[in-house]
Amino acid sequence: MSKVNIKAVHITRVEGHGNIVAALDEGRIEEVMFQVVEAIRFFEGILRGRSWEEVGHIATRICGICAVSHCCASLQGTEKALGIEVSAQTELLRRLIMNGEIMSSHALHVYFLAAPDFLRLESVLPLVQEDPETVKRAFHIKQNSYDIGNLLGGRHTHPISLVPGGFTSLPSVSDLERLRERLTGLRCDVEKTVELYARLEIPDLERETEYVCLRRPDYYTFYGGQIVSSDGDALPAERYREAISEFVVGHSTAKHAKWHRESYMVGALARVNNNWKQLRPEAHEAMNTLSLKPPCHNPFMNTVAQVVELVHCLEDSITLLGEILDKGLREEYEPEVTPRAGQGVGAVEAPRGLLIHDYTYNDRGRSTNVNCVIPTAQNLGNLDADMRMLLSELKDKPEEDIRRGLEMLVRAYDPCISCSAH
Amino acid sequence: MSDNKPRVAFFDFASCEGCQLTVLGMGEALLKILEYVEVVEWREAISEKSNRFDIAIVEGCIARDSDVLRLKKVRERAGTLIALGACATLGGVQILGNRFGRSELLELVYGEEGKNFEAGRVRPLSAEVPVDYLIHGCPINPDEFLEVMEHVLLGKPYRVPNEAVCMECKFRENECVFDTGKICLGPVTRCGCNAICTSVGQRCFGCRGLVDDPNLNAAREILKKHGYTVEEIIGMFDIYSQAAAPEKIIGGGMGRSSFLDRER
Repeated sequence: MSKVNIKAVHITRVEGHGNIVAALDEGRIEEVMFQVVEAIRFFEGILRGRSWEEVGHIATRICGICAVSHCCASLQGTEKALGIEVSAQTELLRRLIMNGEIMSSHALHVYFLAAPDFLRLESVLPLVQEDPETVKRAFHIKQNSYDIGNLLGGRHTHPISLVPGGFTSLPSVSDLERLRERLTGLRCDVEKTVELYARLEIPDLERETEYVCLRRPDYYTFYGGQIVSSDGDALPAERYREAISEFVVGHSTAKHAKWHRESYMVGALARVNNNWKQLRPEAHEAMNTLSLKPPCHNPFMNTVAQVVELVHCLEDSITLLGEILDKGLREEYEPEVTPRAGQGVGAVEAPRGLLIHDYTYNDRGRSTNVNCVIPTAQNLGNLDADMRMLLSELKDKPEEDIRRGLEMLVRAYDPCISCSAH
Repeated sequence: MSDNKPRVAFFDFASCEGCQLTVLGMGEALLKILEYVEVVEWREAISEKSNRFDIAIVEGCIARDSDVLRLKKVRERAGTLIALGACATLGGVQILGNRFGRSELLELVYGEEGKNFEAGRVRPLSAEVPVDYLIHGCPINPDEFLEVMEHVLLGKPYRVPNEAVCMECKFRENECVFDTGKICLGPVTRCGCNAICTSVGQRCFGCRGLVDDPNLNAAREILKKHGYTVEEIIGMFDIYSQAAAPEKIIGGGMGRSSFLDRER
């Protein structure tokens, strides 16, 4: 045995720029880490001084994959700070558009970013000719979930019509009925996704850690709730600072975070581990088919948990659409807003986990302080610890296998790196 | 895949990567493009890499000096370079950071340790290398992406629209946003988006940049009717206008004020 030095610069099939660095000397781990080398865009700086009417527009642009999540967290923060009430209808519509983003983001990761690893391919491109059915199915799920955003938000990436207090315009009843039909037609594609993942061999890695997500008493939440930990605490979102300590590390332009332990995990696996009882029955079936038994301590199963959430969000969206249509869509106007000084915290479950936007406004409705806590940043410390664990298990393998294993582990976290550095 | 198809590579710099995701989200239309080109490198979507490509599609802005070399290497290797989206064409929302000092921003976000990180002035790709095609928008309009790709493949120049968003908005027979009591940048903003925001009742925030010479090319009759001047509306919503026409920026000039007392 001798020295092994791995440096994977700008790892592919992830959002943003990160490097894997690992060094072994005679089987002893000298170094292993995930470097975030993303350029800093300073959202917490550029949002200062902006009007409450612009903050959502700017904050949404932190991320191109989870724009709806940033938008919803931002609107919640602004609404709480300025004392703006939203209607039950607005909440239902926001829950629906969040489902659309969870589905599209999970489909992107499950099919395009992660699946090639299991099939020993460089990408999904060879499948365009070899297995066009699967590629078309992936695009079909993605497009239909994009359409939830297109219909409710005017556009999926950087939704347009979501504003403090509600929506600038609403879809028509017939549009919603057509959407429900199309989503019902998506069931067989999602079932086939479960079947696909049931056939794939997911690597083993066991490392018990802390799992953190939002929870509500009434449903499996992506939109609002209390922050809960598998270590036992529950806090209202506005007290997030008592739970989450963010800190700067030298090898990352994204901060790391901890709560009860040195690191914790957020995202699909954390949500399923903590809240699985609230999943739809169809998602429970998928858990059985996929052998996902909570609490599951294998980070590679995060992708499998995303498949389970894909099933849940599809069924939940069909149900939500039924509820909205049964109640009848009311024409609601944007509320009159009188700016006032205040502070507010918004919290949602983005595809990659707990996301917090915290705003302070002055009496002219301009932001004076902004803090955003990003899912991928919260995961980075846990990812480093898992990489160390995996490296110690793979240390006798050929360098290529080690590199591949570490890359797969990074991808299992589905990192959103430019978002984490923001 | 056949060897004679043009080889396309995607690259990205500081951005949210939402424009590349808009391309990935095009579904069947993207599969159609793949019949005419070969994608040889796309870090976000595939692991294949290549040193040989004809067309580089680049998202993101330059936000630190150490990225310039990577961009220049892409430019050297590419016959055609397409700037994809507002960050690449104008600098994007993060250009707002140019109003503050780098060290001030670093300290705000990272505290004492901020001095260990690199940050630079935000600029569009064209500040560092020649750009052949511009696809504006935050995010891009997928229809325009297809149109530009068609021009690129046929070797024709693409005329970036230089009319105001109002023109497209009127074609869609929308109620004027000013009539709903909001200020809208549609009269001074470059169209090509098919008025997507104003068509769902939202104001135009100007993400495609100002039309060339907004004092001549603004939809002035709309502004006049509602009693505003070009300078007034640009000054009220200036998220994107700094890069488009720096000399015309009203209020909040470069490095002018500190965060807490910044007021327009």
